[in-house]
Formats: sequence, C-alpha cells, structure tokens
Amino acid sequence: MADKITLEVARYDPERHTEPTFEKYEVPFRKDWVILDALNYIKDRLDGSLSYRWSCRTGICGSCGMMVDGEPKLTCATFLSSYAPGPVRVEALRNFPIVRDLVIEMTDFMVKLKKVKPWIVRENEKPISQGEYLQTPEQLENYKQFSMCINCLLCYAACPVYGLDNLFTGPAAIALAQRYNLDSRDVGARERREILSDHEGIWGCTFVGECTEVCPKHVDPAGAIQQYKVDAAIDWFKSFLLPRGAK
Amino acid sequence: MTEKPVYTEFHPRWYRTRVSTYWWLDRTPYVKFILRELSSIFVAFFVVITLLQIRALGQGPQAYPAFQQRLQAPIMVILNILSLLFVLFHTITWFNLTPKAIVLRVRGRRLPDLLIAAPNYVAWLVVSGVIAWIVTGG
Amino acid sequence: MGKRSFVPLFWTLFSVGGVVAAFLIPIHLFLFGLAFPLGWIQPPTYERLLALARLPLVRLYLFVLCSLPLFHWAHRFRYTLYDGLQVKHLNELIILGTYGGAIVGTLVAGYLLWSL
Repeated sequence: MADKITLEVARYDPERHTEPTFEKYEVPFRKDWVILDALNYIKDRLDGSLSYRWSCRTGICGSCGMMVDGEPKLTCATFLSSYAPGPVRVEALRNFPIVRDLVIEMTDFMVKLKKVKPWIVRENEKPISQGEYLQTPEQLENYKQFSMCINCLLCYAACPVYGLDNLFTGPAAIALAQRYNLDSRDVGARERREILSDHEGIWGCTFVGECTEVCPKHVDPAGAIQQYKVDAAIDWFKSFLLPRGAK
Repeated sequence: MTEKPVYTEFHPRWYRTRVSTYWWLDRTPYVKFILRELSSIFVAFFVVITLLQIRALGQGPQAYPAFQQRLQAPIMVILNILSLLFVLFHTITWFNLTPKAIVLRVRGRRLPDLLIAAPNYVAWLVVSGVIAWIVTGG
Repeated sequence: MGKRSFVPLFWTLFSVGGVVAAFLIPIHLFLFGLAFPLGWIQPPTYERLLALARLPLVRLYLFVLCSLPLFHWAHRFRYTLYDGLQVKHLNELIILGTYGGAIVGTLVAGYLLWSL
C-alpha cells in the first residue's frame, strides 16, 4: 500500500482569481483517515490559507459537505481509502456561489428554509400548566425520517433542477416542510402549501431522485416532494369541486 | 435576513458556476434520468401510430391491410422495437418510483417499497394477458 | 390560493397518463407494432377487429389509451426541454407545442373513435 495520496483541492481567492483552480497536495495515506482528516493535515502542515467549513467530525453538524470526485459527500464520513490510489478531487459544493476555496454562500437556502416555516405551527398554544403535547410512537414514526435532516445541502448539490433555476425551493426545505406537515402537533400545512404549491415550489421537481441517493441521513427528500405533489393535487381537486368551505 | 445576498466592500465577490447544457451526460444517474424522460417521446409516437391505425380501420377493408403492410417496413419495425424498449423502461422506472410517492401504512408501520411495487408488476402481467387474450380472440 | 394555478391539474394528467402508459402500452405495442405485422402471432381479422373497436366500452378504452399518455408526454417533454436544453425563455411556445399537442391529439382521438 502506498503511503501517500494526492489531493487536488479547488482553490479560489476572490481577490486574486477569476475562477477556481486546482492545487495538488500530497498527504499521508492512512486507512483510518477521512477526506476531512486530509484537509486538516493540509491546513496544519502544508498550506494554512486553505478555507473550508467543518465542525463535529461525526456526521451531525452538516457543515463539511463538499464535492469529492464530482459527488456530493460529507467529508467527515468519506474515507480516503475509497479513492485509492488517487488523486482525489475536492471541490466546493455544486450549485452554490463559492465565497472562497471550499466555502459556499448558503443564504439562498437559509431564506427558503425560513419560508417553509420549519417549526410547529399551532392555532392556539395551551398553557404550560396543562403539560406537554403527547404523541404516540406511530405519530412519531410518521415524520421521523424527514426530521433527520442536518441541512448539509448535499441534496442541493445533487439536484440539477436547483442548479438550473434556483427559484426552485429544493429538496431539504421541502422535506422539512413535510416533516412538520406530518407532525400530529402541527396545523401549519395550509400555510406551507400556499408557499410551496406555486410553480417554483414543488412542481419544478422532475424526480431525478439524486437528492435521495446522496443524503447521508436517509431522509429521502425525493419521496417527500412526490408525496407533497400528490397531496397538493388532491387538495386542488377538492377546492375545485367544493369551492367554498372545503378547507 | 435579506432575500438575496449582496456584495459589499467587506463581502468579497464570489464565484458562480453555470450548469452545463449537457449536464445530463455528466453522471450515469443523470443519463438514466434523461432516458426515462425521453421515453415519453416514444409514448407519443405509439399514440400517433395507434390513431393512424384506428383511422385505417375506419376507412374500410382495403385501407387496413395497406396500413398493416406499411408497419412491416424495416424503419417501422426498428422504431417499434426502440419504442417497446423505451416504454418498458418507463414501466419499470414508474413502478419502482411509485412507492416513493404513495406511502401506505398498516398499523402505523410504513409498508416496504417492494410490497407496493410488486402488486403493480403482478397487475401489469395480468392486464397484459387479458388484453392479448381479448385481441387475439381467446 | 389567490390566482388559481392549473399546474396541479396538468400534473395529475401527467401522473394518470404515466400509469396508463406503464400498464397498457407495452402489450399494445408488442402486439400491434411487432407481433402482428411480423407474423409472430396470427392477427385478428379486419371484421373482428372493427367489431371489437366499435363496442362502446372499447371505444372509451381506446380514447383513454390515446389521450392520457399524450398528456403524460406533454408534461415530461416540456420539462425535458426546460432542463435538458435550458430553453425556459421559450416557455409559451413550449407550452403551446406540448399541452396544445396533447389537446389536439385528444380531439382527433375523440373524432376518430366517434366516427368509427
């Protein structure tokens, strides 16, 4: 087994470059190293100017998503050994503006996320003295899968529709909307539908399905979007047949 | 938070990539996707041929055999073979994706994908058999 | 919903058309496109086929078989043009060509089956 592996890392300095270029770094090839370990090695020993986001190293924080050999990956959960003998290409997540090196600008997602009201909407809150809102295991099971999202944005990087037209709400935000719609404590489905059922909300999705494939948390955003479409279509017919008082 | 991120003196210019026109050739799943979408052209082609066939049927016992003869031309045979392959691809991808859109729960547990897809295949075979039986005269 | 959008209607037609196409087109294509013309299976006689096609239920069946898959095509092809060729600026033209085509095809199917 070789003791070194080459990383080709995308570098972009907005003050000096007009577009990203690749720089090669030789790092130790260790079986227990993930891509993030290699990037940390570069930053510590080879080139302190390399910029990238990371935090927890355990697939929870969702900040180390990057393109590894053209595929969106959490770099903390992607082993170097899967790419032996190399070289391995590491780039910033696709479909987002690049601020510097491997750091993306994610305001667009944050705005969309807020728009779908990813919190429990209630008509009236009961006072704390009346205790918590109870939920059965079945009710939890209804939405649990969609609640596993860590906002890592790999699904946005995998989605060609979002890349082509970023008016599209995109996978994670719709899956999170669905997570709250399916929550027995929530009554916000209608408010969310008004935001999501316009053309750019959900209908732009052509079910490429790659968002689900790349999701490190098995959230299945593609499924969430299709289920949302089915619900929205049923609602549309209902409101068409019963124009008043149907809702 | 503003709707659109803006550059300021302190917020440097960023780099934006543009999606290539041929993005659907970039990765195997994208190629599969575009082939799945293109199957719709062969679906439409089938409908056009079927409409022509119905027209020939209505035009009388001379027109119909003439139309049958045209279906024997090599170009038509090739197009029909190609159509059949694409339509079968549509059928398979459609059945396999159905469980994603339709979630069925039995006693609070989500039915596994296979249990939703499999009845589709069984029904498909039964329906195809019935149609063939009716058309060929049983 | 302030302005009524017809997207859900067209999406439903696309979906139902997709189901119809998935279930019914393969066997039809196999029989009428290949097996009968190439003589793999003895085709039914003209008289039998005409009598069959004139049954009200079969007429309705053929109408569904022709119309809904056209709406399926229209929707998919529209988005294939949008995303595959990046021609969203030709929006109106594409909508006219696809959904318009499906509507014309439906009318033609209705006319042919009515006058059969």
